Amino acid sequence: MRRRNRGKGMTPMIMIRTLMLAAIVGLVGVTGATASGGGAEKPKHGHWHFAGPFGTYDKDALQRGYQVYETVCASCHGLEQVSFRNLGQKGGPFHLDSCPAGIPDTVDCANPNQNPVVKALAAQYRFQIVDGPDDSGDMYERAALPSDPIPGPFANEVIARLANNNALPPDLSLITKARHHGPDYVFSLLVGYEETPATIEISPGQYYNPYFHGDMSQALRPEFLDAHGHPLEGVEVPLGGVLAMAPPLFDGLIEYADGSPATVEQYAADVTEFLMWAAEPKLEARKSLGVMSLIYLIILAGLLYWSYRKVWSDQH
Amino acid sequence: MSHPSTYKPAAGFAKWLDDRLPIVRLAHDSFVDFPTPKNLNYWYTFGGILAICLVIQIITGVILAMHYVPHTSMAFNSVEHIMRDVNYGWLMRYVHANGASMFFLAVYIHMFRGVYYGSYKEPREVLWMLGVVIYLLMMATAFMGYVLPWGQMSYWGATVITNLFSAIPLVGEDIRTLLWGGFSVDNPTLNRFYSLHYLLPFAIAGVVMLHIWALHIPGNANPTGVEVKDVKKDTVPFHPYYTVKDGFAIVVFLILFAAFVFFNPNGLGHPDNYIEANPLSTPASIVPEWYYLPFYAILRAITFDIGPISSKLGGVMAMFGSILVLFVLPWLDTSKVRSMRYRPAAKMFFFIFIAACLVLGYLGGKPAEGSYVFYAQIATAYYFSFFLIILPLLGFMETPKPLPRSIAESVLKTPKAGEAAHNAPAQ
Repeated sequence: MRRRNRGKGMTPMIMIRTLMLAAIVGLVGVTGATASGGGAEKPKHGHWHFAGPFGTYDKDALQRGYQVYETVCASCHGLEQVSFRNLGQKGGPFHLDSCPAGIPDTVDCANPNQNPVVKALAAQYRFQIVDGPDDSGDMYERAALPSDPIPGPFANEVIARLANNNALPPDLSLITKARHHGPDYVFSLLVGYEETPATIEISPGQYYNPYFHGDMSQALRPEFLDAHGHPLEGVEVPLGGVLAMAPPLFDGLIEYADGSPATVEQYAADVTEFLMWAAEPKLEARKSLGVMSLIYLIILAGLLYWSYRKVWSDQH
Repeated sequence: MSHPSTYKPAAGFAKWLDDRLPIVRLAHDSFVDFPTPKNLNYWYTFGGILAICLVIQIITGVILAMHYVPHTSMAFNSVEHIMRDVNYGWLMRYVHANGASMFFLAVYIHMFRGVYYGSYKEPREVLWMLGVVIYLLMMATAFMGYVLPWGQMSYWGATVITNLFSAIPLVGEDIRTLLWGGFSVDNPTLNRFYSLHYLLPFAIAGVVMLHIWALHIPGNANPTGVEVKDVKKDTVPFHPYYTVKDGFAIVVFLILFAAFVFFNPNGLGHPDNYIEANPLSTPASIVPEWYYLPFYAILRAITFDIGPISSKLGGVMAMFGSILVLFVLPWLDTSKVRSMRYRPAAKMFFFIFIAACLVLGYLGGKPAEGSYVFYAQIATAYYFSFFLIILPLLGFMETPKPLPRSIAESVLKTPKAGEAAHNAPAQ
């Protein structure tokens, strides 16, 4: 896996991508479907490894998804609820049951804070941690430790908006739970960018996406409107909306160490899996406890029903 | 029902205590040897289910309170801390959040059962009214609890509901300021809601005790509505007959509960509440939790001024009126026959009433515009007509079917096909 410590500086390319991503999430939050001409395409229904009562996370996909997040999304979007140590906890992308060869016996790799992969990911992360004050009263930057939360790209909202054409890139920690059909939605949005339909006009720095909630009736070009501002007969208002995030993914953008296809679809699916884990890291524990609880309750219900029949038998 | 105590303390400590504080005797007479009609069906198990719901909410709530921080800048993150870092915190929070929905599901079934079988009628009026008090306290508690995670729906729901109080003439604005503890929903609001959210469940527990006391004076009503005539023939002791039956029903209910908690824990919530509250960004639509939707629909159905009453005040009055009317239900229903099993016309109007409530629930989740408002007005009109016109008149106009002479007779008689549906789980 490639890791580069880019520090706090941002290249124009990253800024543009940041802007786009930021806009996606930001606008999702503030724009809603309205009654007339609003709405968005139904999200594509993904076949998620974590779906269903026995669903678990695909660990390889989580690792690839982290790579996509760190390389692309992290330019603009924070993940403030997630700490590096979470990456190494049970069910996390980089959890180790035992240490790989060559690690001294004194290290407990199952402990996220000692997990060598997590330590390296934290130390080499693209952003540093602001800590302090030190003995002379100054704040300083240092490399992240497993115990640190994953640092975000912007120090505060004002800087985030300045860097993103006044759009605010939302934090992604809970994004898959903060949207209807979250995982399907995130995936669809990432792969769903289309050419702007001919009937609408949008301002520069905005990107059309049929899966983004918006109201395109206000964006219809004048030649498709009648004297009252209503769409001409036969002119359909396109579904979807516009956002300030340019398409963030393109084929070949990231090289996967495991040889998985370097396609937009693959990146989007992997990062969605990772973001679902980030939003619901206890999903596997929840479902396995759920199966045991249901088995217990169903057996108990059976016993109670049998007792009920027995107790009431003298009343019939 | 009130009955002579059959508790016989064993010698020693039990007898010593019984002479000083007969608490074991009280429990024995209330929950062991309590004579209970032998024909109660599964609709009568929801009282026990509700008691379990209250206990679950209090236990999980107390644990959540150990980790939650009631401050606008930390509340949202402290809930995520519970979800991620507290051992089994995710379980506590999902049980508590879904527990609220389960609580309301059970209380609605419990209330509809009370209406269908006429459980509120003489001599159980106070029992019924205490139930309405519990329901009101539940509504207030759940509303304030929903504000605590400080998500977008928490914040904007609190804003919408507290603003309703400003519609009250003269004192409305002051009441709203008092609720807010300032001039908008902010940290003082969150703090007082937290304090009250912790307090009210214990008030509920207190009223529940009164509710059970008021139940144990006349004893249980039953599906026939015929009072117990012969304790030997008509009743069975609560234990083991109803402990085992309620126990079975409770576990079946817990299966549904667990299915939500473990496999669809966010299915009954709104995604916007996973976005931290932002006073500068109004969600596209502000929707309350499902259990408030019928009342939300009634609130928004009043879109017209009535004389000096503005549409806003009218909506608030209709919404509160729709619950307050329940207090006088025992005197609005003029029929001498309790159970709608023997009231064919009332039964029909009752099922239309349930349909109206479901329609209102559906419309409460839709935007208040166009035909949605019209249908909500129709359903609201039916809601009030059911209590204020239909039930009062029906008592004089309806010819009820013949009642069984006793509970024992109704149990021995083979149920007719039409009754089997209601009676199926009964003995």
